[in-house]
Amino acid sequence: MLEVTDLVVRYGRATALDGVSLELAPGEMVALVGPNGAGKSTLVDTLSGIVAPAAGRVVLRGRLAQVPEGRQLFAELSVADNLALGAWRSGRGRAGRDPARVFEVLPDLRPLAGRLAGTLSGGEQQMVAVGRALMADPDILAVDELSLGLAPRVVADLARHLRELNAERDTTVLLIEQNARLAFDLCRRAYVLESGRITASGPCVQLAESPQVARAYFGGTTEGAGDPVPGGARDP
Amino acid sequence: MSAFLTYLITGLALGCSFALVASGFVAIHRVTGVVNFAQGTFAVVAGLMAGSLLGRGLPHGLAEILAILLAGAVGLVVGVIAIGKRGTPPLASLVITLGLGILAYAVEIIIWGDQPISFQMVPGSVDIAGAPILRQYLVVIAVALVTFAGLGLFFGRSYLGKALTACASNPYAARLAGINVMRMGLLAFALGGLLGGLAGVLVTPLQPVAFDSDVALATNGFAAAIFGGLNRPGLALVGGLVLGVAEAFVAGYLSGSYQTEVALALMLAIMIWRASRRVSVAEEPA
Ligand SMILES: Nc1ncnc2c1ncn2[C@@H]1O[C@H](COP(=O)(O)OP(=O)(O)O)[C@@H](O)[C@H]1O
Ligand SMILES: [Mg+2]
Repeated sequence: MLEVTDLVVRYGRATALDGVSLELAPGEMVALVGPNGAGKSTLVDTLSGIVAPAAGRVVLRGRLAQVPEGRQLFAELSVADNLALGAWRSGRGRAGRDPARVFEVLPDLRPLAGRLAGTLSGGEQQMVAVGRALMADPDILAVDELSLGLAPRVVADLARHLRELNAERDTTVLLIEQNARLAFDLCRRAYVLESGRITASGPCVQLAESPQVARAYFGGTTEGAGDPVPGGARDP
Repeated sequence: MSAFLTYLITGLALGCSFALVASGFVAIHRVTGVVNFAQGTFAVVAGLMAGSLLGRGLPHGLAEILAILLAGAVGLVVGVIAIGKRGTPPLASLVITLGLGILAYAVEIIIWGDQPISFQMVPGSVDIAGAPILRQYLVVIAVALVTFAGLGLFFGRSYLGKALTACASNPYAARLAGINVMRMGLLAFALGGLLGGLAGVLVTPLQPVAFDSDVALATNGFAAAIFGGLNRPGLALVGGLVLGVAEAFVAGYLSGSYQTEVALALMLAIMIWRASRRVSVAEEPA
């Protein structure tokens, strides 16, 4: 579905990605974790085609849509317009812009359709951002920092939607997270990106047990200690 | 009473012409975030071109349309130079448009000379409640209203209009959605050129246009556009009308020699008042 080989991306003289390789099979839900500045957003921007790689290869079978870090909604436009513009690339005319199919997956969006995107809460905005990406009918959905700045309960709700999308609609998902516990909980497999390089990869269960990953992302323990488990939403 | 009505309608027509210039500022800024200081040039080019085409015997309608299309093409060229290199900051683009506006003086003088040009479009006047009103004023008002209705529908309702708005709202997200932000910006510059050209063609019969008329046109148009934060066509129309009516009354009842200054001062006062109101709203606890 997606095959990235020895990808190198530079911003001027700085190297943001240095020989990154990864692979996604159809229907998989894979996590990409790593600290701030590791190059995660750069990687998705390259996959989206808006950052040009200096070297390496990206083979993409199907359409990729990105839920960008920080939502990036069109604040002055309504939710309905934000969704409609998500279908810009599809070129399927008025029918392609009909948000009905996204409302099926994200019913909470329906009552928000007439609101200005800039006036919504963070969680609502993130849902619009997911919905806008879905309007492109993606085969792969790349979600950059799903949980950033959101309350745990809201994150759990969004995570449940992603899991449904993946399980019921067979959408391949690349989930980028700083919250490794959330990512490992949702995905079976993960990559760890640090300073532009993949430093570890494999099944989440194994990664979580590796002392290096455990130290960096779970504060030294491998047992969950209070972070919310998606799917079992509870009040904070 | 009839003097009052004359000033009022004259002012509305003047305001509509300001608003048309303003609409070009808005079309470009709303999409690209660039304040286009060559906006007055588009009007001047169209006015001069229409004048010389009519002078060569081209029929009305055709001459004006060709002149407006030329202004659109000039708008596109200015756009290519101002934003054609990706990553040019809006402030750098602004300076480029300023430079192009001055460069245009030379080109205009070579082609059309340095003398003011005028022509008649719809001659004569009509009586409205005892006040004689130039027909041209009514044409300006009618065309402006139709243009603004069209712009409102275009930006507010059409898919393309929303994609254009999205480009300035969040260029990064627009690119992610597959919108060609650069092409949309150029489209906006072409649209700005057409709107400026329309203003120029309508204004030239009322006040002769020369190569350096762009400053006065752009000043008033900019003041009107600022009223809507350079982004809202509807408010730009309101701004234009306020400005135009103020200028007509100052010229009529006080003196014609500082009508622009008084009107701009009024505009400034309104803007300060609006800004202070916005702050006090923002300061209220949510
Ligand atoms: N547009 C840019 N121009 C220059 N440097 C950038 C740009 N975007 C990101 N970087 C740099 O590239 C590195 C990776 O950034 P990013 O991909 O945003 O990391 P992450 O998403 O993992 O936090 C950082 O050092 C960042 O400062
Ligand atoms: Mg990031």
